[in-house]
Amino acid sequence: MFGRLTLEALPFYSPIAIAGAVVTFSGFAMVVLLVSWKRQWRYLWFEWLTSVDHKRIGVMYIVLALVMLVRGVIEAVMMRAQQAMALNSEGYLPPEHFEQLFSTHGTIMIFFVAMPFLTGLINVIVPQQLGARDVAFPFMNSVSFWLTAAGAALVAISLVIGRFSTAGWTGYPPYSGIGYSPGVGVDYWIWALLISGVGSTLTGINFIVTTLKCRAPGMSLMKMPMFVWTSFCTSILMAFSFPALTVVAIMLGLDRTLGMHFFTNDMGGNMMNFANLIWIWGHPEVYILVLPAFGVYSEVTAVFSKKRLFGYRSLVYATAAIALLSFTVWLHHFFTMGSSPNVNAVFGIATMIIAVPTGVKIFDWLFTMVRGRITFHPSLLFTIGFILTFVIGGITGVLMAIPPVDYLVHNTTFLVAHFHNMIIPGALFGYFAGVQYWFPKVFGFKLNDFWGKLVFFFWFVGFYLAFMPLYAVGLLGMPRRLVSYTNPDWQPFLITAFCGAGFILAGLCSLFMQFYVSYRDRENNRDLTGDPWDGRTLEWATSSPPAPYNFARIPAVTDVDAFWVMKQNSDLNSEPKPGHYESIVMPKNTGAGVIIGAFSFVLGFAAIWYIWWLAAVATLGAIAMLIIRSCNDHSEDVISSAVVFKTEHDRWLLAQTKGQPACDGKRL
Amino acid sequence: MNANANQALLTEHQTESLSNKAFGFWLYLMTDALIFALLFATYVTMFRSTASGPEPSELFDLKHVFLETVCLLLSSITFGFAYLGALGKHRWQSVNWLLVTLILGVTFVYLEVVEFIGLIENGAGPQASGYLSAFFTLVATHGIHVSVGMLGIIIMMFQILNKGLTPSVNSRLFRLGLFWHFLDIVWIGIFSIVYLPVFI
Ligand code: HEM
Ligand SMILES: [Cu+2]
Repeated sequence: MFGRLTLEALPFYSPIAIAGAVVTFSGFAMVVLLVSWKRQWRYLWFEWLTSVDHKRIGVMYIVLALVMLVRGVIEAVMMRAQQAMALNSEGYLPPEHFEQLFSTHGTIMIFFVAMPFLTGLINVIVPQQLGARDVAFPFMNSVSFWLTAAGAALVAISLVIGRFSTAGWTGYPPYSGIGYSPGVGVDYWIWALLISGVGSTLTGINFIVTTLKCRAPGMSLMKMPMFVWTSFCTSILMAFSFPALTVVAIMLGLDRTLGMHFFTNDMGGNMMNFANLIWIWGHPEVYILVLPAFGVYSEVTAVFSKKRLFGYRSLVYATAAIALLSFTVWLHHFFTMGSSPNVNAVFGIATMIIAVPTGVKIFDWLFTMVRGRITFHPSLLFTIGFILTFVIGGITGVLMAIPPVDYLVHNTTFLVAHFHNMIIPGALFGYFAGVQYWFPKVFGFKLNDFWGKLVFFFWFVGFYLAFMPLYAVGLLGMPRRLVSYTNPDWQPFLITAFCGAGFILAGLCSLFMQFYVSYRDRENNRDLTGDPWDGRTLEWATSSPPAPYNFARIPAVTDVDAFWVMKQNSDLNSEPKPGHYESIVMPKNTGAGVIIGAFSFVLGFAAIWYIWWLAAVATLGAIAMLIIRSCNDHSEDVISSAVVFKTEHDRWLLAQTKGQPACDGKRL
Repeated sequence: MNANANQALLTEHQTESLSNKAFGFWLYLMTDALIFALLFATYVTMFRSTASGPEPSELFDLKHVFLETVCLLLSSITFGFAYLGALGKHRWQSVNWLLVTLILGVTFVYLEVVEFIGLIENGAGPQASGYLSAFFTLVATHGIHVSVGMLGIIIMMFQILNKGLTPSVNSRLFRLGLFWHFLDIVWIGIFSIVYLPVFI
């Protein structure tokens, strides 16, 4: 009846795991109680959970990412604490728990922090920058989000019921096979990836179509804002690399549950197939993470230097080149696994070639800033911090692309330092910059500047403290994923790294403090103009927060900096006139996405615990929901021209009375 | 008058979104093709990984495979007729051809299941070797796709009868057709990579 789910699933093997379970559970319970106490269920359900508005879906993605980021950072601090004290002793964590920590940390950070974060930013901004009212497939967008949330929920619940994988975030067999990992851990990993991976593929498809089909009139490909370009390339990578992840996860699942032999040691299995398949997805994934951040940096440097982006065309070509090349270098992830020297040489050189377009980009950003009128907004600070730091990461990357060097530092903390060096400044800083930059667009008030600078300071300093020692200790020969050690030379480095993790934690706290302070003082920080930074692209032409339909009238585009040109050429602050607007068709909210996500969660959970009847029920439920939805021809509604006029006029009046010119361009 | 204007707007919007859907569906098919490509690649690399179990040459029956192929190829043609019927606004013609397609599809899946059961009973199940794992996964993935397609056909038959041949029903039928023909192409791949080399 309950498969292999018994009371043993509760985490009594380690007091710290129990504590984690209690925290997770009470966190969830607190949210439920808080919402009930404030009587906000209706609002939450009708305005948010069932929403198909791309901006709201985007915000939900980012909230999910931030919640998971809290967990990921806490796990990182725990690991650093363990390694700081585990010289010639066991430290405070049992090895079994430490192994879960680095596996969940890696999995969460990649799949449930970085992916939802960048997807969220893309969701909020891309349609607005395109001058569109919506994404191409709003309902599918909601489904993608709820699939991602279902995957995250599986990881979250693994802390309370059962255990998570101990096989690292890449889950290499044969260790992740049923022989060495008989428990449910690897199955949690597989199902979390499978379910959220489908969501990512769908998101990729959605934004390819949105970008190609929903652009405002006049916006040729070479007039798309840089963030749209990078998001577009990211979407292509998402759509065409995630199938590989799906395939490899299914095969591993088949090995584990049905006793097949794709990756086993005997009976004809071949684990090199796993390495190939996972890195065919995994290497493009790295660029999925960084490209949107590169897009944010491009927007931010131009706006806060008050200049046109330098080398727009070269940036576009560099982005496209990176996206293409990223599919050709996956083999550098297993130089040491016995390919021939020639194969290694080819992939080593191919890897280094990627450094070229990346270098081009760095110079473009620098030249954009040269002789600009620079404002040191937190988002620009993140950008500068990124440029300084990313160069170091790039150099160590090129180093490791030389196969003999890779043999030397393979699986040491040098590698850990390297990829954090790429991912934290290269991706996370970009997302943070995006939050600082676009927050007023989404919520209608600006974030507090002081706390924003503090966030940057802590993350930046913390990053150097936490990861530079790891380069050093890696060269001293310390392997990664070590629960305890006997070499006293390593400890000072590891203690420094622990302090760095503490700084980063402080940075995260500052971020939430910034949200709190800004919300508290929101009346003073209101932005009624819709254009607080004197922006250049079309998202600043909508009001803040934008109406559900974004643009009351679809703008006509003549330049990359479309909105900038409009502002120079005409007065956008005239009073809205009735008769100036047409009725607008928008999709209706629907609970179908939530329900499909919920069924997927149940399916994953049931399959992990071998509760096959429940898995069948959940599958049927999800299919039934899809069928019902696909037969529905009335998923849209009309917002009448009168309502549009009233919305626009009210906003204009409000801005007038507050003395802020509503330069919101909605009468474009 | 207002209701009419709204209706016109909705229709216009729908037409646009149907063309987006067709494009999106092409993209989806490309991602699906990637899944098959990776399964094919795995199959090819595992071709010799029979772990002293049954060899490919001992497993298949050409007649059986030929019959399967005929069913699937014919079903692609009959689906074409169903779509032509829909274009010509002949509801029943369309539904009847869909029914024929469905029957051919059921036959195909039935034949496939018979083949699988035969193999498993002869000790050549998916657990027997890496090669057989790859074989079963590749072929069964196709079979599952066909079954999903059949579910789609049943739903379309209901929709055509209930809603008539509205633009959105037609466009769904078109996309289902793409899917069905795509599976035909994948099958040709399976036929020429999995089965044919064993017979020649
Ligand atoms: C916030 C500060 C962070 C700290 C202090 C930190 C710390 C750590 C530590 C201690 C490990 C284990 C290293 C080892 O194997 O010895 C680790 C692994 C890892 N981290 Fe982080 N990390 C941080 C942020 C991130 C971010 C933002 C990402 C990705 C978006 C990330 C991705 C990973 C991955 C993929 C692994 C490898 C897990 C594995 O070994 O399977 N980390 N990190
Ligand atoms: Cu790589």
